[in-house]
Amino acid sequence: MPDPAPETSRSPFPGGRLPVYALVGNPNSGKSTLFNALTGLKQKVGNYPGVTVERKVGTTYSQHGRPITVIDLPGTYSLAARSPDEAIVRDVLLGRRADTAQPDRIVCIVDATNLERNLYLVHQILDLGRPVIVALNMMDLAVAAGLDIRVARLEHALGVPVIPCEAVNGRGLVELRLAMSRADLPLSRHRWDIPAQIAPAVSELQASLAEHDGKQPLIARAEALLLLTDHDAVRVAGSTPLSERTDAILSGWKRRWVELDVDWSGSLVNSRYDEIGRLCAEVVRRSTRAGPPVSDRIDRVVVHPVWGWVVLGGVMALLFLSIFTLAEYPMNWIDGRVASLSGWVRGVMPPGDLRDLVTDGALAGMGGVVVFLPQILILFFFLGLLESTGYMARAAFIMDRLMSRVGLNGRSFIPLLSSYACAIPGIMATRTIEDSKDRLVTILVAPLMSCSARLPVYLLMIAALLPGARVPVGDKVGLMLLMYALGTGGAFGFAWLFKRTLLKGAPPLMIMELPQYRLPRLRDVVLHMIERAGLFLRQAGTIILAISIVLWFLTTYPKPDTPVTAQEQIAHSFAGTAGRVLEPVIKPLGFDWRIGIGLISSFAAREVFVSTMGVIFGVEDGRGADPVPLRQALRDARWPGGATLFTPLVCLTLMIYYVFAMQCMSTVAVVKRETNSWRWPLFQIGYMTGTAWIVCLVVYQAGRALGY
Amino acid sequence: MASTVRLSQIPVGSRATVRGLPARSPAFLRLREMGLSPGTPVTLVRTAPLGDPLEIQVRGYSLTLRKTEAENVLVEPLPAAD
Repeated sequence: MPDPAPETSRSPFPGGRLPVYALVGNPNSGKSTLFNALTGLKQKVGNYPGVTVERKVGTTYSQHGRPITVIDLPGTYSLAARSPDEAIVRDVLLGRRADTAQPDRIVCIVDATNLERNLYLVHQILDLGRPVIVALNMMDLAVAAGLDIRVARLEHALGVPVIPCEAVNGRGLVELRLAMSRADLPLSRHRWDIPAQIAPAVSELQASLAEHDGKQPLIARAEALLLLTDHDAVRVAGSTPLSERTDAILSGWKRRWVELDVDWSGSLVNSRYDEIGRLCAEVVRRSTRAGPPVSDRIDRVVVHPVWGWVVLGGVMALLFLSIFTLAEYPMNWIDGRVASLSGWVRGVMPPGDLRDLVTDGALAGMGGVVVFLPQILILFFFLGLLESTGYMARAAFIMDRLMSRVGLNGRSFIPLLSSYACAIPGIMATRTIEDSKDRLVTILVAPLMSCSARLPVYLLMIAALLPGARVPVGDKVGLMLLMYALGTGGAFGFAWLFKRTLLKGAPPLMIMELPQYRLPRLRDVVLHMIERAGLFLRQAGTIILAISIVLWFLTTYPKPDTPVTAQEQIAHSFAGTAGRVLEPVIKPLGFDWRIGIGLISSFAAREVFVSTMGVIFGVEDGRGADPVPLRQALRDARWPGGATLFTPLVCLTLMIYYVFAMQCMSTVAVVKRETNSWRWPLFQIGYMTGTAWIVCLVVYQAGRALGY
Repeated sequence: MASTVRLSQIPVGSRATVRGLPARSPAFLRLREMGLSPGTPVTLVRTAPLGDPLEIQVRGYSLTLRKTEAENVLVEPLPAAD
């Protein structure tokens, strides 16, 4: 490479600033590793406005220490977008988004072990008419696989700098930064043959795009080519639509081709691959290697008809156990900290409404947010490991057949399984599902998987339901399994229903790369985990905090004139009134207004039901649950007429209510964030709570009719 | 052109050359973009434990696709190597 020109004097950008780079590449090409290596901790993570696609911008430094902005775009195989993530890549690179200026230059990362397919994206990128640097990553693995890549020839053929590197250990990064610092990056001179039948359409579209859509000539050509392969163009919020004129030309050509039976998009793809094939034949030399590659040997076990299940079961059991058991310690610790903090506030602030707002509203709400962090951190640590080793794709491969029965694909398996622990990280994990409808269906049904917050309710009800001081283990386990089965059955049933009605889509696809197994990079896994946790705190945390203050207000006001016990006070509050108003609606399920208060207050989180029952039945002050007296108090509770309130049938019905009802404000907040509107979380509350009511009605009334 | 069969019909472990993808929906465009263009050799490596999806080797990497997708890929079986 020639010596870089002094960057300041000859900078072609206004004000002598350094160029803004976009980092693009195929999934599994080591893009995040390279981005982390280039920018270190200087990253800003947010969202593209209007879509749930992560927007990552970082800063790296030129050879003279001046900052260079790098936009990390989502991994994609092609600029012809099939998902919102891919649409963002396309729109940012084409300068179609108002919120992100078109990047000046592009670094395209390429997996050297998989050159042919990776070059397809490079081929499209070179058409964009922007200076491009190709980072040829994983050179060490390519050598180990017996591939000899002639970098100089590749550089010559593509007409842009090609920098061999190994992002995992930083090799080649200095050279890459040096190339990025150059003031005079060449534009690629590469030319390829557009099929003759299509070439006139490309020129006509190009001219129209330049004239009617205000595109620069080079971008116009790239856009014209893309319009032809992008038929069902995924439109995302924030991207500008085509002018009418261009749109008319496009549909005119398409009509003509359909008549003539020309496969225009297919032939464009084929001609790109034809050229890539010729190029690879020239630059890649394969030496014969001994035996099959390591990945294939691992896969003989990992996706084996018998061992595959054993491995999958083991990995899932480990994931599950660690969320359940490991998370418990920090969660208890957080609960303890929050309790002692609110005790301290109680000590220093004068008694009154303000003090209660701080302790019971704000601090309790904050505790309710932070308490999810351990589970989120553990889950994302594991998911990061599974993803970066390559196992995640195998799990999806194995489970796909089962998931396809309800119209989902294998990618939905892990988010749903994680939801057994907690729907919040489960829903956050749906980002790996490419198809936006599949992703939405998974989000909608995930809270039906029986999460750990339901356990306290189940346990209390089982204790109240089964007579005797000691609950027989068999009955307890049987009831628990019944609840889990109901939840799981419900989730799959609704997924099936939604895929057939509300979110009907193209037949599900399972076109997925099985990447080579790799050792995970702890640094990337940890960074990813922290990033997720930060997003949860910032974006869902505020909603959770707000709802908990509202719920505190509802259970506290209006206050009676004379000081009373906590029991009388909650009965007097808005929530108490609401419980009484609600009674006619829930009476057919066997619930009275006191249970109604529990249902309202436990919208904060399901386990709050237990402490609310404690307050209402005068057993405790709502802090620190001791189930034994509460169980007795529940058994003693009566309807005004003297009939037992918590009959075994009511206990069972109440458990079933908690299986189906959407009783979790944190889930609502996360769904709002992940779907970017209030529409889906409100729909979710409606369908889940509606189902709960109907199922409970049937169970209770049938139970009554049978004499229970 | 020699006789073509569907990619879903060739035995596990065998090789074939892609001859065509008659379906033109965007989904099948993605299959082409993943490298399944006419003339490309593919190997059916294995099926998932439950028989579906399939894993194929194409252009030096592993790709999965469902049988229903593989039905839309026409291939010409190649004689077994070595």
